[in-house]
Amino acid sequence: MRELLQIIFDALSLGSLYALGALGIALIFGVMRLVNFAHGDFIAFCVFAMLWPSIDAAAIVFAGQLPFYLLIPLLLAIGAALSILSEIVVFRRFRNANPATMMIASFALGFVIRHLLLMLFSSRPKSITLWPSLGLPVEFLGAHIPMLQVVTIIITLAVLAVLVLFLKRTRYGLEMRAAADNFTMARMLGVRANGVILLAFAISGMLAAAIGLILATNSGTADIGMGANVMLIAFIATVIGGLGSLPGAVAAGFLIGAASVVFQATLPHDARVFRDAFVYGAVIVVLLVRPQGLFAPKSAKQRV
Amino acid sequence: MSQRPSVIRQTIITPIVLIVALLIMAALSYQFGSRAFNRTVVEMFINIMVVVGLYVFVGNSGLLSFGHISFMCLGAYMTAWLTIPPVMKSITLKGLPAWLLHTQLPMWVATPISGLFAALFALIVGRVIMRLSGIAASIATFGLLGVINNVYSNWDSVTGGQGSIVGIPPTMNVWTGWIGGAVAIAIAYLYSISRSGLALRATRDEAVAASASGIDIVRERLIAFVVSAFIIGLAGALYAHFLSIVNPGAFYLRTTFITLSMLVVGGMYSLSGAVSGVVAISVLIELFRDLEKGISLGGHTVGLPNGVQEIAIGIITIVILIYLPTGLTRNREFSWRRWPLQRRLTRPVQTALKELH
Repeated sequence: MRELLQIIFDALSLGSLYALGALGIALIFGVMRLVNFAHGDFIAFCVFAMLWPSIDAAAIVFAGQLPFYLLIPLLLAIGAALSILSEIVVFRRFRNANPATMMIASFALGFVIRHLLLMLFSSRPKSITLWPSLGLPVEFLGAHIPMLQVVTIIITLAVLAVLVLFLKRTRYGLEMRAAADNFTMARMLGVRANGVILLAFAISGMLAAAIGLILATNSGTADIGMGANVMLIAFIATVIGGLGSLPGAVAAGFLIGAASVVFQATLPHDARVFRDAFVYGAVIVVLLVRPQGLFAPKSAKQRV
Repeated sequence: MSQRPSVIRQTIITPIVLIVALLIMAALSYQFGSRAFNRTVVEMFINIMVVVGLYVFVGNSGLLSFGHISFMCLGAYMTAWLTIPPVMKSITLKGLPAWLLHTQLPMWVATPISGLFAALFALIVGRVIMRLSGIAASIATFGLLGVINNVYSNWDSVTGGQGSIVGIPPTMNVWTGWIGGAVAIAIAYLYSISRSGLALRATRDEAVAASASGIDIVRERLIAFVVSAFIIGLAGALYAHFLSIVNPGAFYLRTTFITLSMLVVGGMYSLSGAVSGVVAISVLIELFRDLEKGISLGGHTVGLPNGVQEIAIGIITIVILIYLPTGLTRNREFSWRRWPLQRRLTRPVQTALKELH
């Protein structure tokens, strides 16, 4: 029972990270059919924004010293600003380009951001301590659960709730859902394309910042490659969930998190190093059974 | 009645121009280049093989594949297993089957075997994956890359795990590199004028119309997948000989994206695009590498700070894509009459179907 509870919390907290990442990718995909490969580098950028640029091994914590009620809004603002900037400078010029071209452009942008960070901070991972008290375990029904896992899950649920309210109850949310459903039609009915796209980028950037904060607190290090892994799984989750479907992306993110944790716990010891192979294999199987994704929106169906 | 124009006679000039251009580069670098420069040229030839292999699948089918670098991995490791002296293998790779442990083949035999191995693997997984289309197929190939990388990084007794396997004979020079590039271009050309290549391009431009005309999309895609895996397997084998070490990290995301960028920058729907994309990016990388080392200006060495190279390459890629979204060659092929060729591959009409992807 205790082990089961542990597994459930592991699965939920890992799934939360993937779900937040998948949401960030799905939002942008929904409004402009862009698979944003720079998302992982946005995450890394937000983490490194807490440090002062230096190539020494010991990190000079700069913004990271702020109290949390200042640090969190600051980082969210940085994430949103970076994301909006990249849309204005780069992606705006690819509105009518072929999806492969956009994908490569986003990859090139991520490449630039990553090497900018490498130049400023060197490739050595740096230790960064944020809120050490979150690492302490809490007792829950006899199991010791790290406080951070609980906080991660709560934050994710809160973010999801706010986003659902935003999308369902506000005018901008309505515009964004309309744009995700049929962009051309939404424009014809008076939705401002640039506004909706900028908003999607801003939210996506804030989600990247949130993931960055959770990752940095969790691992205690800042590493250039830290966003890439989350981004990859998130990208896969958006496809499995059904491209263009936000609830699908979230559900698939949780599903992949759960699959990873369950494989880790149940595979025989020798096969455990091959966990990722099993996860990717499962992804291929899911795609073969449902190529359009688990929760494909009706609008995604091909019409002839 | 006029004679039917022959496809070969109309298009044969493209591979000839490309192969001759590469031959000139090889000769110039052999004659005038330093040792380090020659290595750069060999690396460029290997990249040309990889990107041409990618073109065979991506260019003809229109599906983006993230998984082809896993074929490079398969080819490189197969070559390592076949060509490392048995004495060294018995220490580092204990888990190999006995017959493999005691064989040592020359490069000219091991390389085609590596290519065939990759092609065979592609045939098996392709039968499953090629049933998908659109972005689902891209993600499935991505899953393939993840599986192969994970297995090769962790199956310690057979692949040496995360570490490198050493001891592959370093037999590459610009001429072998050129032969590799020329073989890749020839295979890609022959495929693209074959019945299957034409059929596959028809499915790329209008899937519904093509399948209504009796084209079996899955079968044609599978053929292209296997052919491209063969070319990339060969490239992997030569890459192993080039570095004389292999490790799984070399065949993962970075290589995947850089080769895809080269293809898209050149023009993903043309063979000339595949080759010129690699040449253009390689020249840029070499140029900035030299600038980072510094140029002497009146006794002072002025150099760019380290790391500017990658940033500049990224920015230039974005700028090229902004102004030439269909790549440097705009998806045309090189030819004599009106150069580049007027017989451009026209972009498919944007139909309602395309809109929804």
